[in-house]
Amino acid sequence: MLVKQLSVFLENKLGRLAEVTKILGEKDIDISALSIADTTDFGILRLIVNKPEEAEQILRENGIAVSCTNVIAIAVADKPGALAKVLQILDNVSIGIEYLYAFVGKNKDEALVIIKVEVPEKAVETLEKSGIRVLSSNEVYKL
Amino acid sequence: MKYWNEKYECMSRDEMTSVQSERLIKTVNRIYNNVPHYREKMQKIGLEPGDIKSIEDLPKLPFTNKQDLRDTYPYGLFAEPLSNVVRLHASSGTTGKQIVVGYTHKDLDSWADAMARTLVSVGTNKDSFVHNAYGYGLFTGALGVHYGAEKIGATVIPISGGNTKRQIQTMKDFGSTILACTPSYALFLIEVMEEMGIKKEELQLKAGVFGAEPWSLNMRSEIEEKLGILAIDIYGLSEIIGPGVSSECSCKSGLHVFEDHFVPEIINPETLEVLPPGSKGEIVFSTITKEAFPVLRYRTRDISSLNYETCACGRTLVRMNRVTGRSDDMLIIRGVNVFPSQIESVLLNFGEVAPHYQLIVDRIGNLDTLEVWVEMTPVLFSDEVKKLEDIERRIREEIDFILGISAKIKLVEPKTIERSEGKAKRVIDKRNL
Ligand SMILES: [Zn+2]
Repeated sequence: MLVKQLSVFLENKLGRLAEVTKILGEKDIDISALSIADTTDFGILRLIVNKPEEAEQILRENGIAVSCTNVIAIAVADKPGALAKVLQILDNVSIGIEYLYAFVGKNKDEALVIIKVEVPEKAVETLEKSGIRVLSSNEVYKL
Repeated sequence: MKYWNEKYECMSRDEMTSVQSERLIKTVNRIYNNVPHYREKMQKIGLEPGDIKSIEDLPKLPFTNKQDLRDTYPYGLFAEPLSNVVRLHASSGTTGKQIVVGYTHKDLDSWADAMARTLVSVGTNKDSFVHNAYGYGLFTGALGVHYGAEKIGATVIPISGGNTKRQIQTMKDFGSTILACTPSYALFLIEVMEEMGIKKEELQLKAGVFGAEPWSLNMRSEIEEKLGILAIDIYGLSEIIGPGVSSECSCKSGLHVFEDHFVPEIINPETLEVLPPGSKGEIVFSTITKEAFPVLRYRTRDISSLNYETCACGRTLVRMNRVTGRSDDMLIIRGVNVFPSQIESVLLNFGEVAPHYQLIVDRIGNLDTLEVWVEMTPVLFSDEVKKLEDIERRIREEIDFILGISAKIKLVEPKTIERSEGKAKRVIDKRNL
């Protein structure tokens, strides 16, 4: 159920984000989700793509610092309190969240959320038991 | 073969002193008679060749600076007619015009002898393949190694610098056993090997002689581990002869100075007084066998110290400690003396940072600022901002602890810092602009 996320180190220089997406685009890699965490000096670009292994290789060959991490993708109803409920479930079993970001899926009434935790397997099990829909990696890569 | 020239490498201190005294007297006489520039300098302080009776009198002689070489450019310091000169080399200073040095047949032979000693001390023999990746040309590095290796009877692969993928393929196909290049180029070779997916086991490398720039012990460990070799530091400068002025043996505890050719002294760069053995200061050399381009008390600007104890390898040759900086590369930041190598050692002690960094010194208002750029590596990288910020903080604290100055640490993308296949540019000082 785990999804592979690529993280890319970016200096906060104009055009670097465009460059990375262009490199991937040229090799027919589709990006299904994208988020940037940044400080004043640098940023970390997080990507979910259709072919993560291939994309990682391509970026590395282009001299880009990249790493691959397992994350969880879940679907939550697009209404107030839905995400808070998910966070509560994880907190109840003492699973800390390192970061999360939302992205647009196909269904309008659903928000898709990527969550990074230290123990993803346990988190998936807990969430599914509580009736939260966890997306499979294939489902996410095809978005 | 343990030593190339056992007589000189293992002679007693008394014997060495008498060899040096005899050769110094001869050199001073030749210089006085053949080089007007030196004669005038000696006359100015009322010194005559007869005043130099032994090596003990060395401190009486005037120093030679790089400026003397520039003032007499190109051939003013040559002590032989140009018809006896069979080779020229030149080094481009980072500031000012280039300097030119010359060699007679005998000089080339002494040089090859010194380099042969260096190469033998890491196990080079007739069966070795010496992969010589120093740049061939006016720079002394490549030809120094070349003639030393040939003198031993090893097979030289004169590949020169550049075209790194081909270098690696050649090392693999030709069975190179000894690698000669700058330490930063060795690290670059390792990087490219990793990119090409070539493992150290596929190569036959056993040892490497690395020089022409200062490098840290951590860089050595990385080279030794990733190439599976013994890596030694070699030292030299074209003003003295080129590589082969001194080199480490397999004990790696200081560089044996080939003092039957080049006599070292350590001086205080400010007061110019000679310092006792063990003191840290600027290393100064006098050549006592060279014919075409002899120099007396040449100020190298390199910071080192001398150790006269006999080495575990059996050599009695005085050892100079690894050069830890340059008296003129020394940065003074907010009144603190900073050598780039100190910052390098801080970075490398993290064990997780590949040694690509650059120091940017600037002055904002009246305050000096130091920015340290550190290149991102796969090991260092994390998908979490707080872990990267933590690395920046730890580097900053360590620099503050060692040097007592606060620096701004900036993580930069791979290959941002300019790679040179020769010397690495470690410092950008914007204060003079
Ligand atoms: Zn030794």
